[in-house]
Amino acid sequence: MELNLSSEDAAFRDEVRAFIAENYPQEMRVPNPETDLTKEQSLLWHRILHKKGWIAPLWPKEYGGPGWSVTQRFIFEQETSRAGTLPPLAFSVTMVGPVIYTFGNEAQKRKFLPRILSGEDWWCQGYSEPGSGSDLASVRTKAVRDGDHYIVNGHKTWTTLAQHADWIFCLVRTDPSAKPQAGISFLLIDMKSPGVTVRPIITIDGSHEVNDVFLENVRVPTENLIGEENRGWTYAKFLLGNERTSMAGIGRSTRYLQRLKRIVRTEISEDDPAFGEFVKDIARVELDVLALEATELRIVAQMSRGIDPGPAASLFKIRGTEIFQRITELTHQAIGNHGLAIREHPAGANRFMPGPDYGHTATEKYLNARKLSIYGGSNEIQRNIIAKAVLGL
Amino acid sequence: MDIQFTEEQEMLRSSIQRFLREQYDFDERRKIISTDEGWSRRHWKSFAELGLCAAPFQENSGGLGGGLLATMIVMQEFGRNLVVEPYFETVVLAGGLIEDVASPEQREAFLPKIMEGEAIWALAWAEGRSRYDFDNVTTTARRHGDNFVLSGTKAAVVGAPWADKLIVSARTSGGRRDRDGVSLFIVDRHSANLHLQSFKTLDGRRAAELALMNVEVPAGQLLGREGEGVAVLEACRARAIAALCAEAVGAMSVLNSATLEYSKMRKQFGVALGTFQVLQHRMVDMFIALEEATSLTQHLNLSLAAREPNGSKLASGAKSKVGCAARFVAEQAVQLHGGMGMSDELNVGHYFKRISSINIQFGDPTYHLMRYAQQS
Repeated sequence: MELNLSSEDAAFRDEVRAFIAENYPQEMRVPNPETDLTKEQSLLWHRILHKKGWIAPLWPKEYGGPGWSVTQRFIFEQETSRAGTLPPLAFSVTMVGPVIYTFGNEAQKRKFLPRILSGEDWWCQGYSEPGSGSDLASVRTKAVRDGDHYIVNGHKTWTTLAQHADWIFCLVRTDPSAKPQAGISFLLIDMKSPGVTVRPIITIDGSHEVNDVFLENVRVPTENLIGEENRGWTYAKFLLGNERTSMAGIGRSTRYLQRLKRIVRTEISEDDPAFGEFVKDIARVELDVLALEATELRIVAQMSRGIDPGPAASLFKIRGTEIFQRITELTHQAIGNHGLAIREHPAGANRFMPGPDYGHTATEKYLNARKLSIYGGSNEIQRNIIAKAVLGL
Repeated sequence: MDIQFTEEQEMLRSSIQRFLREQYDFDERRKIISTDEGWSRRHWKSFAELGLCAAPFQENSGGLGGGLLATMIVMQEFGRNLVVEPYFETVVLAGGLIEDVASPEQREAFLPKIMEGEAIWALAWAEGRSRYDFDNVTTTARRHGDNFVLSGTKAAVVGAPWADKLIVSARTSGGRRDRDGVSLFIVDRHSANLHLQSFKTLDGRRAAELALMNVEVPAGQLLGREGEGVAVLEACRARAIAALCAEAVGAMSVLNSATLEYSKMRKQFGVALGTFQVLQHRMVDMFIALEEATSLTQHLNLSLAAREPNGSKLASGAKSKVGCAARFVAEQAVQLHGGMGMSDELNVGHYFKRISSINIQFGDPTYHLMRYAQQS
């Protein structure tokens, strides 16, 4: 499905398509880009997009954005995800960047924004704590003022790709006596500061994506505070809103669905009764994708007329993740007995994996996708948001 | 229909439980699966000493006469503790096949060693393109003097890297997908011209693909009658499903109690997770799934033990229904544990993975749903 594109937009789409085809690094086409690339490899495309001026579609032109319309941004998102390119690091470009240019001061903008655009700084997100998952406002990491520094103590967890990070943006408690949401501040912390320790967490798919980050008497200059002290919750919510709208993942789901169809046609003969079941299951998911895509296009059309979808964006997170989980589950089923095998991490060469190449990451993808309905605000929380903020219940 | 277990059966259960509680906790299992070999001969010896390896076999074969219900009891406890040692492969699959169709000489040669814990076996029926059908066999076995010569590849042979003996299905006549003409052979794992490519399975076991490049097997190693292997494997599958369902039920019961406990302890928004109605209902559905799975597993085991005529159909029904119930429980247990459910450190994800692989072994829930429907 496509928007009814004007000739300019159609030309833009063709330009994006051609640019990806000519410039996406072959080196990044590995079985599972999310786990198999080194830090340097995963930055190759980032740097190419930066050079082209396309790294931050969301950003206003004055801060280095390309100055695209809502429709152009949507086209770019659609084309890059359909082509299976690795998206630029969301924590840097989609999350902390907009917080800095929206709520940061001039010095912070000058210092951080160019380094985000160039890929020089890798950011990670210090939100979740062992005791604060869905209930984010209960963060306990403390920041105590000491002259022109904060002394930070706490434990952040599920911190994605912290092992590569140069900086972490953290929610910290600066007023322990205030109501939970009221005493939180938004602090930028250099990962090289003394007292910062990163400990890997291995997940059930065997990969190392997430980490514990321990902060012990970390001295953070007060100039790294975003906006006002104790107003961090406002900035955090702004950021989470950006996170959710990008979670529909239509391009990715469409791509994996096409792949699933090819696998089913190769693996299962048409006279196998299971074939008909797969056909029906795939059709159901395809309709789910179609409905979500149509919803996304409707929202994009509204946004270009200046209407903010607000909390309804939670529906993209719910349906987008459920759809992708279902696709990974069906793909794992489609490869039959080969689905017993799992790749070992770190993914090294010359380890034997049975079955055709297209099945080699099916098991780990199925396992890894279980996180989708948990992170970024669990799907139960997203449903609460819609119940409360949209339906008024 | 609730099974009233006999005193002997209760003793069997409590002796396994005691042993596993004392010797096979989650940390011990983690150590075992991270060794080079990936399983523990020491624990295997203990299982044999407890009588587990002899439990299901008939008394006239030297077994303890426990039959399918003994297997069910063992597998349920193994499911609760995620035991990786090849009990299913050696005792349930190979032992069951030998007891079912082996010649007196073969029984005498092989069963005692299995019962004493002296031999490990694996069953090689699947091939790269076979999916879950026993007749979809391209590996061939041709007569050559007093031997058969086997050629072809077998896929997803769980436990093969650990095995001393393999049971391999191969075609002695007919074409791919012919029901007649598949035969079973007992093959030494270390035979000349037999090559293994090993890999790790998602549930922490080891498996292999076999390449048989003219492997010579004495004619006396033919297991059961020539050409009738498909029916023999189907009977074996019914027993296999009964055991896998019991293992799934064991795993589900641990997931349910772990989730319930976590939901009472974990606080968010100032209250325990378990106070949220949406999560209460989820856990009620997990409870119902476990009750149904338990009932169906007992029903299947009793029916097979009584040699009811619809055993094969019922087995497929149970594999589908219990498989879906187990998947639901596993996915929700991870979901309700949040990030912790995703971490390798917690046991929950490992139960999830065992259930995922049970849902592949001997056919996934959809395959068996269709098989069940076709027999209705």
